[in-house]
Amino acid sequence: MELKSKAPSGPIEKRWEKYRFELKLVNPANKRKFTVLVVGSGLAGASASASLAELGYNVRCFCFQDSPRRAHSIAAQGGINAAKNYQNDGDSVYRLFYDTVKGGDFRARESNVHRLAEISVNIIDQCVAQGVPFAREYGGLLANRSFGGTQVSRTFYARGQTGQQLLLGAYQALARQIGLGKVKMFPRTEMLDLLVVDGRARGLVTRDLLTGKLDAHVGDAVVLATGGYGNLYYLSTNAKGCNVTAIWRAYRRGAAMGNPCFTQIHPTCIPVSGEHQSKLTLMSESLRNDGRIWVPLKKGDARLPKDIPENERDYYLERRYPAFGNLVPRDVASRAAKAVCDEGRGVGPGGLGVYLDFADAIKRLGEPAIREKYGNLFEMYEKITDENGYQRPMRIYPAIHYAMGGLWVDYNLMTTIPGLYCLGEANFSDHGANRLGASALMQGLADGYFILPYTIGDYLATEKLPPVDENHPAMKALQAEVAERTKKLLAVRGKRTVDSFHRELGKIMWEDCGMSRNEKGLTHALKRIPELRDEYHRNVSVLGGSEELNQSLEKAGRVADFLEFGELLCLDALERRESCGGHYREEAVTPEGEAARDDANFCHVSGWEYAGPGKKPVLNKEPLTFEYVKLTERKYK
Amino acid sequence: MNVTLRVWRQKNAYDPGRFVVYPVADVSPDMSFLEMLDVLNEGLIGKGEEPIAFDHDCREGICGTCGLVIDGIPHGPRGATTTCQLHMRAFEDRAQITIEPWRAAAFPVVRDLVVDRSAFDRIISVGGFISAPTGSAPDGNALPVPKTASDLAMDAAQCIGCGACVAACPNASAMLFVAAKVSHLGLLPQGQPERRERVRKMVARMDAEGFGKCTNTLECEAACPKTISVEFIARMNRDYLVASLLERPEGKGAGGTG
Repeated sequence: MELKSKAPSGPIEKRWEKYRFELKLVNPANKRKFTVLVVGSGLAGASASASLAELGYNVRCFCFQDSPRRAHSIAAQGGINAAKNYQNDGDSVYRLFYDTVKGGDFRARESNVHRLAEISVNIIDQCVAQGVPFAREYGGLLANRSFGGTQVSRTFYARGQTGQQLLLGAYQALARQIGLGKVKMFPRTEMLDLLVVDGRARGLVTRDLLTGKLDAHVGDAVVLATGGYGNLYYLSTNAKGCNVTAIWRAYRRGAAMGNPCFTQIHPTCIPVSGEHQSKLTLMSESLRNDGRIWVPLKKGDARLPKDIPENERDYYLERRYPAFGNLVPRDVASRAAKAVCDEGRGVGPGGLGVYLDFADAIKRLGEPAIREKYGNLFEMYEKITDENGYQRPMRIYPAIHYAMGGLWVDYNLMTTIPGLYCLGEANFSDHGANRLGASALMQGLADGYFILPYTIGDYLATEKLPPVDENHPAMKALQAEVAERTKKLLAVRGKRTVDSFHRELGKIMWEDCGMSRNEKGLTHALKRIPELRDEYHRNVSVLGGSEELNQSLEKAGRVADFLEFGELLCLDALERRESCGGHYREEAVTPEGEAARDDANFCHVSGWEYAGPGKKPVLNKEPLTFEYVKLTERKYK
Repeated sequence: MNVTLRVWRQKNAYDPGRFVVYPVADVSPDMSFLEMLDVLNEGLIGKGEEPIAFDHDCREGICGTCGLVIDGIPHGPRGATTTCQLHMRAFEDRAQITIEPWRAAAFPVVRDLVVDRSAFDRIISVGGFISAPTGSAPDGNALPVPKTASDLAMDAAQCIGCGACVAACPNASAMLFVAAKVSHLGLLPQGQPERRERVRKMVARMDAEGFGKCTNTLECEAACPKTISVEFIARMNRDYLVASLLERPEGKGAGGTG
């Protein structure tokens, strides 16, 4: 398979404008003849569904949650970047582009990233018009803050609930179209497979989670906006329902998987408290603007933080990275935390934690100012840990948070299956090997509001699509295949619960393919995962039936797919023998111990192609070229 | 710690349902309430019994999916907390805890502790938005919004749509949910053009969905995990009154045939 990016050439600031002009348009009267199936209702899915419906297309939108408003975008806290330069601090579209390419450690397409930076300004306008209550200054104008990895204030926010407010904006736009009858919404509905006819994506098989019914949906194009796969690690900051099933099924039908090993570890999460832990909670890294991160200088120092004098504390980020200090990018901050904990200087239960201290900020600005900025985060911290973050430093530790990898897409956001698009976190996209803070919301909304609505029109206007209906033989066969898979899971009646397998898989992933990776660990994981998968299909216990609400069965299907996907992720990590962004290979470091990229051998996107059951997937490469941002070592000293 | 649970079990919407008692041993005070239920469910599956169905997703108090009535209180004894953010340290050792689903005619039980809250989505889809099609927006700073208005709008906009207000209300009224959305949008200059129509339509839909009337018991505010104030209900009532008094036929459209 050839990975043709279709990225335009020419002056970078003109590429998207020129490309957009060259895209074919669908006549307004013809748009209502097309049906688009959108899976997922988060920022990308809801904004795409609403925008497509506004244009006149018929849309069917699916989500597994009980309401589209509950998609996991809602949990994003910190903010959304935009190159508005409202603060007059030297920001520009070009600077946002530059920061994102560099922050992504040069593993993203320049054309895509520049387009994202251009669109960032429209997103803010759009959200304000929808009534998103962004933070404002006393004069009534929009407020900004700075965010990890950048030196300008370009982040727009709504207290610590920016994702919630942006999602509700998109959800309300979607709800309006549902009310108008242009979008048919299918909540509590999970996509279980993709219908490909004559090489084109034409439909879905979904399961109604209330009745268990397997339904057939056909359309002219399919859009996957199904989020990230962090739950592969069992413990992550993702919602419990987040899963890889939609994009994994698409992969098995021929869509290439891009850079699956690029996972992001978030530095400011609340540490694990015990074996019962079901998920990890993130606190916005905006906390790093005012909080100072430190550990005791001495190993195993059991004193209370307030009893440790200033000269016996190690503010290790400020020490190692004087220019960026506590605001270094996420991957750098996470690895530094792991390093001090590995030295035995971690704090809290099990020594897996570092302090995030607000004492100086409270002294400087007063507690009310800190409360206004971060009040909800301090409350959240107190609820979970029973500790008051104003009075003693918070304890934080890194956790799996975001997937930069995902389905490979071209400049049109189309996968290698014609007619199948992938948006938001689900695609491999614009963040390269590391995503900067406050850029996920930007990308999800850029894809859904301002990119897909144009590019999908070009496909629909130029392709001659033969009619396909629900009774197409290929659809019948697909439904039977999905029913068989479900039946098999229910028939095992083994001894172990789905969760116990998921926990074990997560442990393998975290230990062998987590914050730092090496050949030995990855080889071990590649041996263990297939063994665990075999046991799963012999020994899992899924009770109840398929024709009712059955939450164990839902989980069982998702974990079955994680057990396949985990192997591909480890294979990708093994194959990429360089350190870049969130992917840190212990064999590839500079003499100072920083990550060492290998541009001579790995300046490409890895697009994995399914080769059939039990066969090693085929690695295809899309070379990356950098005409504007020079390939340099990412330095934050 | 050890606790005894009385849990509402109901096979489906047609099953009358009943309480079933489950002892849970070795509970850590640091567990969340839902993690305690996870442990119970793992044990049930091990014994070949079907686990208890309950809704949950983000487990960080923001998605609004979870919601259990715990000892008669939606989201349990701790104020300003969703069920997923409630920890076992809020209970005494050897406590007996009763767990029920939301109870309201407009939220039918689906199974065990899972209810159908799609009525909320239908209320939003008739007017809980500002019509701003993609691409039509002016610059974000073209229209300054006073900080006080914006902050108050944000207080209302924090609603997570969990439905605890309905579950807490003796009349199963959805006034706080609807008022929060009406106020969020009505407080902002962008929300003015549709302000009257919005409140009329949303209230009509709320009534049609079978939610009860508001009799100012204020239980909704007490149960709200985001502490949304009942003052927004007063604000909505004012808007609704004005909208009803000023209801008049729409003007002719500005479009031509040209």
